[in-house]
Amino acid sequence: MVYSLPEEVLEHVFSFITLDKDRNAVSLVCKSWYEIERWCRRRIFVGNCYAVSPSIMTRRFPEVRSVELKGKPHFADFNLVPEGWGGFACPWISEMSRAYPWLEEIRLKRMVVTDESLELISTSFKNFKVLVLSSCEGFSTDGLAAIAANCRNLRKLDLRESEVMDLSGHWLSHFPNTCTSLESLNIACLGSEVSFSALERLVGRSPNLKILRLNRAVPLEKLSTLLCRAPQLVELGTGAYSSGIRSDVYSSLSKAFLGCKELKGLSGFWDVDPSYLLAFYSVCSRLTSLNLSYATIRSPDITKVISQCPNLQRLWVLDHVEDSGLNAVALSCKDLRELRVFPSDPYIADANVTLTEQGLVSVSEGCPKLQSVLYFCRQMSNSALITIARNRPNLICFRLCVIEPRAPDYLTLEPLDVGFGAIVEHCKELRRLSLSGLLTDRVFEYIGRHAKRLEMLSIAFAGNSDLGLHHVLSGCDGLRKLEIRDCPFGDKALLANVAKLETMRSLWMSSCAVSYGACKFLSQKMPMLNVEVIDENGSLDSRFDSCPVEKLYIYRTVAGPRSDMPGYIRTIDRDRVNTIS
Amino acid sequence: TSLSTIHHRRKIKNSAGDPLPITTLQFTLVFLEIYNNMDRKRSSLNLFEDIDLNYKATELRLGLPGTDDQPEIKTSLSGNKRSSSEMESSTCTDENESRSASPTKEQVVGWPPVRSYRRNIVQGKKESSEMGSGMYVKVSMDGAPYLRKVDLKMYRSYEELMEGLQKMFKCIIGLYSEREGYNGSQHAPTYEDKDGDWMLVGDVPWEMFITSCKRLRIMKASEARGLDDSL
Repeated sequence: MVYSLPEEVLEHVFSFITLDKDRNAVSLVCKSWYEIERWCRRRIFVGNCYAVSPSIMTRRFPEVRSVELKGKPHFADFNLVPEGWGGFACPWISEMSRAYPWLEEIRLKRMVVTDESLELISTSFKNFKVLVLSSCEGFSTDGLAAIAANCRNLRKLDLRESEVMDLSGHWLSHFPNTCTSLESLNIACLGSEVSFSALERLVGRSPNLKILRLNRAVPLEKLSTLLCRAPQLVELGTGAYSSGIRSDVYSSLSKAFLGCKELKGLSGFWDVDPSYLLAFYSVCSRLTSLNLSYATIRSPDITKVISQCPNLQRLWVLDHVEDSGLNAVALSCKDLRELRVFPSDPYIADANVTLTEQGLVSVSEGCPKLQSVLYFCRQMSNSALITIARNRPNLICFRLCVIEPRAPDYLTLEPLDVGFGAIVEHCKELRRLSLSGLLTDRVFEYIGRHAKRLEMLSIAFAGNSDLGLHHVLSGCDGLRKLEIRDCPFGDKALLANVAKLETMRSLWMSSCAVSYGACKFLSQKMPMLNVEVIDENGSLDSRFDSCPVEKLYIYRTVAGPRSDMPGYIRTIDRDRVNTIS
Repeated sequence: TSLSTIHHRRKIKNSAGDPLPITTLQFTLVFLEIYNNMDRKRSSLNLFEDIDLNYKATELRLGLPGTDDQPEIKTSLSGNKRSSSEMESSTCTDENESRSASPTKEQVVGWPPVRSYRRNIVQGKKESSEMGSGMYVKVSMDGAPYLRKVDLKMYRSYEELMEGLQKMFKCIIGLYSEREGYNGSQHAPTYEDKDGDWMLVGDVPWEMFITSCKRLRIMKASEARGLDDSL
């Protein structure tokens, strides 16, 4: 006799299960659990929009309220993915507008979104609340106007780092006077000036506004006006942070900041005039997040600010912070979880600032909760990396970029194998790793042996042979995303680890040594993989299997080959069609 | 190889036969033009000259690949042909050589991995200042026998500039206010902007000021008031 709980009870229990991994596990228990679970799943995350089709999603999950999609490969951020590659949001939005009338949230990353799609969103979903477009492109301020005008209950509009065709700042005025629900607005990526009076009124009638990130065009003189209207703000991104010599601006700004008792996060700070930095001192002691990565201010000024922020958990800064500034971080910011140091001048050979490996070592010593690091510098040593690894075994994300490709340990001139080896050995929970500097196959041996929890690995200008890649593919059990550029990895490692590729989300290889023949073979043997060869120059001669491929993107999918590939992507199906016709 | 090294080595002569130093900007523009017209196919195929691609590579084997090969741990940069020629081509005098060599940092696509909007923001600041070092402008003071020169890049704000000018000319400039200008002091700082107009120092943001200022003049307060009245 099978005794089971009533559906409603199971549904109620499942409602407490939020992680996708766990939801997926629940759905595998038995048929009835699969059915119950699919009817009550409310949030969907699709890490690769081509891994599944919109209709597969809507067929299985009919009652979804929130969808998150990612499109282009990560290396698209660095211009390695050619124009027109794909990641089109349109088919997804059309299907969702048909199937999910109660959809509330859409989050897209690295996708191409059109104004028509934005308009469709604004009219299809009556209870639409959250739109996040992260590193997206293809739309203009007209699309934004539609969202503003039609989404009555809009809570969050976040355009982080998207490329928007900025036709005018007028779109903001399309928010109706009845719209009072806004909680979060991020327009930092927009170039042109938005209508300030419209912005002021919008802010004034949004009592729940917690996050406001302005664009550079909002002048400093106007910032205090906005702050006075929204003293409840938790996160603020300023516009340009300079003005003429205006003591009245300074004093009203100070007063306004004094009134913001909830403010925990600051960003923006374009064109910083150091004399205005003191204006937000009253907020510093409460700050948990500070993004000064657009502020080209010098070390003494940065150090002064940082020393006032003992509760900082996240710090993003330019290399102007220098080792001295990072020493101050190590002394003052004992709660620091995440540090990102960006290069102010990535293209000059010699450092114009004194930022070395020492800064990172100090922070690793002084900040016991440090988990996530992104660090650009011009010199590194194995001993520094070993010290960092020993100090901080709790690291989860470690991304180091030594600016010169293949730069060795500057003290011993040896490869940085041992240093990165120490990182993976000590940091057992490491989930994300980016390598740089001079590296041989040895480092991959260490990674394969130790980095069992690693999910994402980025490799550039490293390794000697296929053995390196083989170590990674055969050793890293948890690997989901692998991106490789300019490494001498070829066919052997790929073909010896074909099964692995199906357990990963995606693999990107550019300027490596993979042959077209190997790609064809993979494609034939592994129908669950899409093997896309990018041949921008048209130099690929498909008659020769030994012909090397420029760029290769392999990903697992249940949706079959995609139908929106640009002409420069080669697959075996296409070649077959071409030879027949 | 830094561009400044290249800059020092490259000289072109003028008609008189004297060597003319080519500015870093001019060199960069010429170099970029040559690079952009290069046949990029060559450079990508060079990578594979050393690699032996044979059909054995497509064989599925149970053993570790490369077990018949001895992997060498190389400490030099000779991993592939491209990188060794990177070391040799530091003079960049031969176009063909630079074509097959690994490009300088500026030319490697997507390296270092910095997103374009970050590059633009910082470089925007760089472009706004003159190429080469220093941003010297002439400073005249009414009544002084000769002019001086100041480097605007040495200052980070109006306060610092005023301090510097006051020290240089042993004068008192006094405090700025939006309404009154520099009233209450003997001198008022003015500057000539890109359009040739004489403006009161302090009205616009500092960054805007240093890019548009062509020369400075410290006027007597009495004359400066005339400037104010006419606004």
